[in-house]
Amino acid sequence: MNSYIPWLIIIIKAFLILFVTLTLAAYMVLAERKLLARMQDRYGPNRVGPFGLLQPLADVIKLITKEDILPAQADRFIYLIAPGVVAGTVLLTFAVVPFGAPVKIGGVTVQMPVIDLNVGALYFLAMSSLGVYGVALAGWSSGSKYSLFGGIRGSAQMISYELSMGLALVPVVMLTGSFSLNDIVAAQSNVPFVVYSPLAFVIFLVSVAAESRRIPFDLAEAENELVAGYHTEYSGMRFGLFYIGEYVNIIVLSALAVTFYLGGWHGPGPSWLSLFWFFLKAAAIAFFFIWMRATLPRLRYDQLMHLGWKFLVPLSLANVLLTGFLALIFHWRNV
Amino acid sequence: MNAIIFYLLSAAAVFSTLMAISRRELIHAVVYLVLSFFSLGLIFFMMGAPLIAALEVLIYAGAIMVLFLFIVMMLEMGAAKIPLTPFWKVWGPAVVIAAVILFSMSLLFLGTPQTPLSPMTAFISPRQFGQALYTKYYLAVEAASLLLLFALVGALYLGKRDNP
Repeated sequence: MNSYIPWLIIIIKAFLILFVTLTLAAYMVLAERKLLARMQDRYGPNRVGPFGLLQPLADVIKLITKEDILPAQADRFIYLIAPGVVAGTVLLTFAVVPFGAPVKIGGVTVQMPVIDLNVGALYFLAMSSLGVYGVALAGWSSGSKYSLFGGIRGSAQMISYELSMGLALVPVVMLTGSFSLNDIVAAQSNVPFVVYSPLAFVIFLVSVAAESRRIPFDLAEAENELVAGYHTEYSGMRFGLFYIGEYVNIIVLSALAVTFYLGGWHGPGPSWLSLFWFFLKAAAIAFFFIWMRATLPRLRYDQLMHLGWKFLVPLSLANVLLTGFLALIFHWRNV
Repeated sequence: MNAIIFYLLSAAAVFSTLMAISRRELIHAVVYLVLSFFSLGLIFFMMGAPLIAALEVLIYAGAIMVLFLFIVMMLEMGAAKIPLTPFWKVWGPAVVIAAVILFSMSLLFLGTPQTPLSPMTAFISPRQFGQALYTKYYLAVEAASLLLLFALVGALYLGKRDNP
């Protein structure tokens, strides 16, 4: 009977994370609409419930009750599963995020991530690079020009930016000596890695912004060129999955930026405050993403490629060398 | 238990690779090949090499096949397609393979190395793998990197615009 307890804990954690994440994503939409409105000198949604707090509920009901349209030219199976690929890979990434200090419940120490993979950082990269299949296949299978362009742009953008994202993680892994996210957080108990390698943090943030396919990197959607890009033909809850996927993506990428560079759940005070610290830091990064969306214009396709291949990749390679050099001189390893 | 999962995954890998080389629709071939890489990655994971499993998914399924997809999508622009065969005939095999992979994956991942439910046979940490690769097999690594460099130079030469 005892052997089933680890399974049970994993399943409970997975359900809790799923529930909390989806709720957070729904409220992330509201927070973004509110903040964008304020930055553009408007009120934003304020009709449903007090301060518009029930707006996400209304949105979900609207999405579920809308008709799920299947275009005549679509490749049916791929068209139907593509939204699931986008939302699924993003949600799966949460399996390795350590969002709090381990807790003891009845003599059993429960680690916060669902599973502590010893290749956690690589798992994150693998999941994020699989997510682009959803975009590319959705674009292709819709049987529409605009969608196809969106899909092509999405895949081109992804190959350009996952390289610099992976290279920005190299200093972190070098300083920790492990791919496991638990070890990475433990190594930052005194000083977060952003102090050791600020450049890597900046590169990671830019790459992550490109990966989340939002302004200024929303070429795959580009409303004024491609209608709605890869999800032009989608409607109802399938469109909702793309939409939710985007916001869950912001949450998970903010959480990972915190885990890799900002010391994870470490913070002053007792260990039960760790969840709060993690949430606060992640919310700050998420706010930064929204702020960026309100501020910057969209990059042109060739500008995006230039920034990725000719600037970020060489810069991140140089940063790997620099961090390695400094770590060797000042004996930073396993700080 | 181990043997059953291994043969299931191997069958999935062989079958999806066969499907990949026999499809007329190139995108379908790419999707089948991705499924094949998934089952290979799971076999590596089961054999106790999580690093190679992650790299298999990250590099083959995540990067190289995305590049393939990109090129295929560029080439197929404008070709109208009307599905003539019934739905299950085109996608039935993919559903079966995906079900096999999902089933094995849940068995493999839900048991952590500490629990007896895990069918993982051996365990090699990323550190051990890297050390073996760069000390014992350094010659092969160097040879492979030289080969890649040659390919890169060759591609650069062929891609030059004012090539005579």
